[in-house]
Amino acid sequence: MTSLTRRSFVQASLSSAGGLILSFSVPVLASRRPWQQSDSAASEINAWLTIDPDDSIVIRVAQSEMGQGVMTALPMIIAEELEADWRKVTVEYADVNRQIREGQPYGRMWTGGSMAVSHSREFLQLAGAEARERLIKAAAETWVVSASECYADYGRVHHRGSNRSFSYGEVAPLAARVNVANVDIKIPDEFNFLGLPTRRLDVPAKVDGSAVYSMDVRLPDMVYAAVKHSPVPGGQVRSIRINAIRNQPGFIKAMRMESAVAIVAETFWQAKKGADELPVYWDFGEAEKSFSDTIKQEFFDQLGERGEVMSEKGEIVALMDNAEKSIESDYFAPYLAHAAMEPLNATVHVQAERVDIWVGHQNPEYAVQIVSEVTGIRPENVYLHNCHIGGGFGRRSHGDFVEEATRIAMDVGRPVQMIWTREEEMRAGAYRPMSAMRFKAGFDISKKLVAITNHSVTHSIRYDQDPEMEGIDSSSVQGLHNHPYMFPAWEFSHSRKNTHLTSWWWRSVGSSINAWAMECFVDEMAVAADKDPMAYRRRLLQMQPDYLDVLDVLEQESGWGKTELPKDTAMGMAIHESCGTIVAIVAEVTVESTGSVRVNKVTAAVDCGNLVNPMTAEEQVEGAILFGLTAALYGKLTVENGQILEDNLDTYEIIRMHEAPEIKIHWALSGAGRWGGLGEPATPVIAPAVCNAIYKITGRRIRSLPIKDYYLQVRR
Amino acid sequence: MIQLNINDQAVEVDVAPDTPLLWVLRDNLNLTGSKYACGIGQCGACTVLMNGHAVRSCATAVSDATNYDIVTIEGLSEDASHPVQLAWIEEDVPQCGYCQSGQILTAVALLNDKSNPTDEEIEAAMTNICRCGTYSKIRKAVKKVARERGEV
Repeated sequence: MTSLTRRSFVQASLSSAGGLILSFSVPVLASRRPWQQSDSAASEINAWLTIDPDDSIVIRVAQSEMGQGVMTALPMIIAEELEADWRKVTVEYADVNRQIREGQPYGRMWTGGSMAVSHSREFLQLAGAEARERLIKAAAETWVVSASECYADYGRVHHRGSNRSFSYGEVAPLAARVNVANVDIKIPDEFNFLGLPTRRLDVPAKVDGSAVYSMDVRLPDMVYAAVKHSPVPGGQVRSIRINAIRNQPGFIKAMRMESAVAIVAETFWQAKKGADELPVYWDFGEAEKSFSDTIKQEFFDQLGERGEVMSEKGEIVALMDNAEKSIESDYFAPYLAHAAMEPLNATVHVQAERVDIWVGHQNPEYAVQIVSEVTGIRPENVYLHNCHIGGGFGRRSHGDFVEEATRIAMDVGRPVQMIWTREEEMRAGAYRPMSAMRFKAGFDISKKLVAITNHSVTHSIRYDQDPEMEGIDSSSVQGLHNHPYMFPAWEFSHSRKNTHLTSWWWRSVGSSINAWAMECFVDEMAVAADKDPMAYRRRLLQMQPDYLDVLDVLEQESGWGKTELPKDTAMGMAIHESCGTIVAIVAEVTVESTGSVRVNKVTAAVDCGNLVNPMTAEEQVEGAILFGLTAALYGKLTVENGQILEDNLDTYEIIRMHEAPEIKIHWALSGAGRWGGLGEPATPVIAPAVCNAIYKITGRRIRSLPIKDYYLQVRR
Repeated sequence: MIQLNINDQAVEVDVAPDTPLLWVLRDNLNLTGSKYACGIGQCGACTVLMNGHAVRSCATAVSDATNYDIVTIEGLSEDASHPVQLAWIEEDVPQCGYCQSGQILTAVALLNDKSNPTDEEIEAAMTNICRCGTYSKIRKAVKKVARERGEV
């Protein structure tokens, strides 16, 4: 066979120590290998960066790139303090093994909660400032002058009293050895670079096929594994008939696990064929009797019971009894899949004293811990090579697929690449929780709100992980009791309701459910009070200046209340804060004569306080809106006989270009100490804005998602 | 043995004839720029060019791919210099990037077919799924290529 690879993807050899040394000959991450440390000619100034004699700088990134732009934004923060020439900067992943061996020099490496910037900005600034001061001190020592006479600018250290200067590369070897005392960091007004739109460093490798996702790892002697999970989550393998597939080409072995079977073969397609054709007999247990409708009914039954009160003020029963008028509404959100483009996979090589794992993981330290527990090999001897992630949205922080890949690799003794097919990932998923909730609001004779109550019943993510847990899972109720509104009296209560399915964090987590229901109900309250929804929210937010500023921008830019629209078209709005960022949205929606919904235009106003990279920031807000819109219009998993029916992207629809509205983003930055996240906060706000617009057009409230389940007609 | 012509090279592969072209590219030929995402021809992450047309390689049996000139993302240009790739960089299109090989090749086929596509034509051709939601930037990048081509 002729080798036609234009580039040889992997060159591997065994080092004298027996470890596998990999080198990628392709330009990954702007010509650097993503998981290898820089070569020895460079001086390591501190754990975060190295500088080469030719002045090139490698900055390490301790968060995982899954599209949200951390591989650009986080190095920008270091470069700002370093006074670096950005054109000289390339990036690589911080070494997870070093993180474990050296007592966490990289702080927390977990990527989630839209916290990359908010949680690491300060110590990244400190890291950059410390490196800068080292470079200055090294230059000053060489010149035998005081460091206070020197300054750093654009990749060089200058001496004020003379024309002398050094490039960073020239003083880097000494800078790596000097000590500096406490360093100061800049305040946002002093930034020169942060806040400028900056192209992503990972883009060049993502337009020529050279970016390495874990599914692209190729190792000598590597084999592939396909997995067949119990179609009913939690079911047990009773027996399998290996003989039915033993003679298939490429077949290596079948491996029985508790709730799944793995087929190992020379290529993935052979493994998948084996998995498809292997007869497996299962014990499904009680879960086989589950159906969407019965599960849903159980959630609603629970709504009628009394929940645990989280927050209350006022004599609720008396206030509601004496109310002149009251409204009550139940809302329901189904289980959802993450459906990232890259299905879950990992490549693992288990040796006697060492494990290597190639995976794109949102929480690499946790992944190492799992590998260590499964293999019994100490975490110090586990080498995790973090790869590009083809979409995370929370799913890539789970340990299930890492554990499974490790078990398979232990049994095979060769490097194994395990891939879950799309169908396996959809059916054996870890889903956004199901939730039902009941709102009630009472009004006095002048239609003024007197009290509001809410009872939510939600599948708890934490309970799935820890059945011993006590109290309320905060992720189930985020955005409910900690809402921004000034209500006169309230009661927020909660009940946990878990099923045989497993739940997990899904872009914006509880907010994606709770903000939808809350913002739809606030709209119902506005209608009950005969008020414009924008004006009504302003009154309830009068003690929240940041929210009012965001609404000012939104009202101005969207043309709210000032735009003539045809009868089949209307604007709806919503506002919500999550991950430290306030997002308000106006959606212009049309209900077509076919009954289907079209979102024409979305205007968003966003306050994340400060911006690191406006270019990626806008990309995140737009992407988060489309993610939320997909869920609002189409998102739904159906349970039948305990099994998930939607098992691929034909039945689990994702918005495509022709359905994507025009999106305009406007920043309403409050600056100061606010450094809000951006990956998630726009996701929860789009669904209520669209549903509120649909109400205006049709007179119908969407109280159960997705919208596609409704037949809608323009109000006569 | 099945004979293929990929990125201007003749190759032979020893695989079952019903093996999807995608897996031959990825597992037998180490051309991993074409991505697996749905396996049923829905999303387009596996798109390659066959005689200049965008084809979903996950739903194409390798035995049906003989006698075509196949181009994968690796073969589109030597150094990421194809106008569509340059526009993708200029507009900062990719986020996670996983679908972008397929998006780029679909755009190349569209622009081969129509030098100055309308919005409707872009929407009709660009049916690939991007879960990150880069659609507006894809649209901008396609138009940029058409515009700059027109100016030359």
